[in-house]
Amino acid sequence: MTNAFPFSAIVGQEEMKQAMILTAIDPGIGGVLVFGDRGTGKSTAVRGLAALLPPIMAVAGCPVNSARAEDVPDWANLKDSGLIEKPTPVIDLPLGATEDRVVGALDIERALTQGEKAFEPGLLARANRGYLYIDEVNLLEDHLVDLLLDVAQSGENVVEREGLSIRHAARFVLVGSGNPEEGELRPQLLDRFGLSVEVTSPTDIDVRIEVVKRRDAFDRDRDRFGGAWHADDMALRGKIVTAREALAGVEASENMLRDCAELCVALGSDGLRGELTLLRAARALAAFDGAASVTRDHLRSVAASALRHRLRRDPLDEAGSTTRVARQVEEVLG
Amino acid sequence: MNGDDQRWTNANLALACFALDPAGLGGIWLRARSGPVRDRFMDGLYLAVQDRNLRRLHPNIGDDALFGGVDLAATLASGRLSRTEGILSQPSVLILPMAERATPGLAARLAAALDRQDGLSLVALDEGAEPDETLAGALADRMAIHLDLSDLALGDAPPLAMDPGALAEARALLPRVTLPDTAIAEIAEVAHRLGVRSLRAPLFALAVARAAAALSGESEVDEPDLIVAVELVLAPRATQIPAPAVEEEDPAEPDTPEPPDTPEDSDENMQPETLPQEILLEAARAMLPPDLLDRLEAGKAARAATGSAGTGARKKGNRRGRPMPSRPGHPGGEARVDLVATLRAAAPWQPIRRQASGDADRLHIRVSDIRLRQFEERSDRAIIFVVDASGSAALSRLAEAKGAVELLLSEAYARRDHVALIAFRGDGAEVLLPPTRSLVQTKRRLGSLPGGGGTPLAAGLKGALEMCLLARSKGMTPSVALLTDGRANVALDGTASRTRAAEDAALMARALRARGVPGIVIDMGNRPAPGLNDLAREMGTPYLALPRADARMLSRAVDGALEPAG
Repeated sequence: MTNAFPFSAIVGQEEMKQAMILTAIDPGIGGVLVFGDRGTGKSTAVRGLAALLPPIMAVAGCPVNSARAEDVPDWANLKDSGLIEKPTPVIDLPLGATEDRVVGALDIERALTQGEKAFEPGLLARANRGYLYIDEVNLLEDHLVDLLLDVAQSGENVVEREGLSIRHAARFVLVGSGNPEEGELRPQLLDRFGLSVEVTSPTDIDVRIEVVKRRDAFDRDRDRFGGAWHADDMALRGKIVTAREALAGVEASENMLRDCAELCVALGSDGLRGELTLLRAARALAAFDGAASVTRDHLRSVAASALRHRLRRDPLDEAGSTTRVARQVEEVLG
Repeated sequence: MNGDDQRWTNANLALACFALDPAGLGGIWLRARSGPVRDRFMDGLYLAVQDRNLRRLHPNIGDDALFGGVDLAATLASGRLSRTEGILSQPSVLILPMAERATPGLAARLAAALDRQDGLSLVALDEGAEPDETLAGALADRMAIHLDLSDLALGDAPPLAMDPGALAEARALLPRVTLPDTAIAEIAEVAHRLGVRSLRAPLFALAVARAAAALSGESEVDEPDLIVAVELVLAPRATQIPAPAVEEEDPAEPDTPEPPDTPEDSDENMQPETLPQEILLEAARAMLPPDLLDRLEAGKAARAATGSAGTGARKKGNRRGRPMPSRPGHPGGEARVDLVATLRAAAPWQPIRRQASGDADRLHIRVSDIRLRQFEERSDRAIIFVVDASGSAALSRLAEAKGAVELLLSEAYARRDHVALIAFRGDGAEVLLPPTRSLVQTKRRLGSLPGGGGTPLAAGLKGALEMCLLARSKGMTPSVALLTDGRANVALDGTASRTRAAEDAALMARALRARGVPGIVIDMGNRPAPGLNDLAREMGTPYLALPRADARMLSRAVDGALEPAG
């Protein structure tokens, strides 16, 4: 793929765009889950995001994109440790990828031909310090889900197989997308995603026309379209970089913490992850807006994304979580 | 115009459009059984894309073949790494026969390959016999042209002629074809009114319209081209029959006098704006598949996940599960090499091979030594609920039965089982929900299930049997839970006769037993029906009278009874 559809040229889908920008500002928020209809620009947004992310400095040739020479795992056998600038990795995890391809495995070619015991890193290694994107995440095989849960939790990939014993850093932002009609996601995996958004096909005819127009223009002449939106993309990247720097300085008052906690108690979300994510997301949003401290407005605009997938859910309950969150936000935050 | 003729003309047009820009259109989804009509279509396809690279896939193609991998034989023989090239590595037209058998994994990989837009396109030959045996939605959405040639008579399908010269001219013209601004709006609106939700569809429609314009030698997209686009791209995707827009009705009818209060100047503008849209919709209406509503149901079903390990019967696999002894084989796809077993197999031959090759330094491994891991995993369980919704059942305890099914559903959720729902009443059975994991949907369908009419028990069992076979063909392990009051009074052929109804029901029950489908018969009548116990014996399944006001006990009992044997 030569160049992706510019992120800033995506029409509508504000919540999805906001969620992705927030994880770019603070990767600690922990990923985005995008659930919705086909052909609503889920993958387009993820691929556009890649172009938006500021580059990272990494040791040249390091299989896990280490930032410092001492972090390079010894199995990589790197001679020199010069730093180079490279784009933030956005790695696709295809459905039905084998376990070997995901976690890495013994390099069978080298084992058989040269008699060497060498490790062949997998997708998790390549995604370190970047994004791991899973399309149709709800169709992912359960054994891969288990694997991902473990790694996403610990930030470390441990391989103990075929006589290998290897561990390497695997910290990544998990981005998943899928269509809820095709199957549901295990609650444990749901919980690993910091934010979740629901996208629907726009029903407004003018919006639809605009989407088709832009995409058509893009398909006709990618370079020209990309050029026209380049400035917008760069401005957005600039805002993200500024927000990253400002993030540490954003204040969150006692009252805001109380609001977060009250909201989560009212919704009955499991554990404390809800509060933490809500606060982090609100802080990232405040940084993005250039505000000095988190306000209720910030909480309000991230509450649905941060909480809707954490509600204790009766599988047969039909009431949408989005409405439940909205109702509680209305009650608690006024 | 004859409908069949129209289909074949469209197929012809679709091929010509596809030949101009295969990658831009993504591909063709052809739904037709293998036969002379499809052969004629394929002959046309070969003619149309004869200057391109054609590759044939199969539904169980492995990653090695798709993306390339290590050529083990050559590597071992030479002692140097040697790779094969994958099918997806170069621009080509891919042909996928038996597309309905493609796994979600393959569909996702092909979809990702099509998304890369580096010259790949796909012709999916869907031979599905049942409406819910169909191509994965992720793939169908990425292919512009959807054709359905099933049941087309050979006489209506004369051989297709493709003129390479004309195609080449049109291809040269294609990049210069312009699109009036109104066309985008029209297509988007028509798509919207046909209930086409994906935004890829209108984009594909525009691409087809451009190709159609180029074919007719025009350098600007005109109305006939848009009609072609609507017929080929939008109509087959329609999920609703467009309601004629009330305010646009008037200008479309020529003999209606103009409303006197219409301002003169806007009159001119109104006509060209609203008229084409109605024409486009009219074209779409003509092309709407007659079984539109059936298909909607099926479409939802076919997308059911066949992903992960469940609680059903055991089957052999080579990816996960409990390890079993390794076997010889060629690595590729998802199989993993059992290194230790491979070395063990190669060890006895080392002296001979060293002597033969004269190379004493390295380990000599031949392809025949390779051993692959094998695992045993459990397949997904599919519970098929067959619910009696006849008048007699409704009178007694349909509501309680619904409650019991709901309880079982939440248990199925916990175990990641698939559930399906068949109801029978009146003169036949109806599949309310094909196997799915979406329990919300199941519950909604169950809740809105009306009661009334006769009791066609045999038809219900027949539906269950058919679904069992289908579920098995998808690798699931089906079991049947029958909820009825046992008062069968409608036979298989629809006649109201108690004796024949009972005979037919017994027949179907024996058929279920012969296929080894586990199940349970739950009596929801107020008083136990003795005939039902016999039926359960014919089916070879336990019989259970619905316990009063204790649905939990029922759920436990059912769960025990549905456990597949072995």
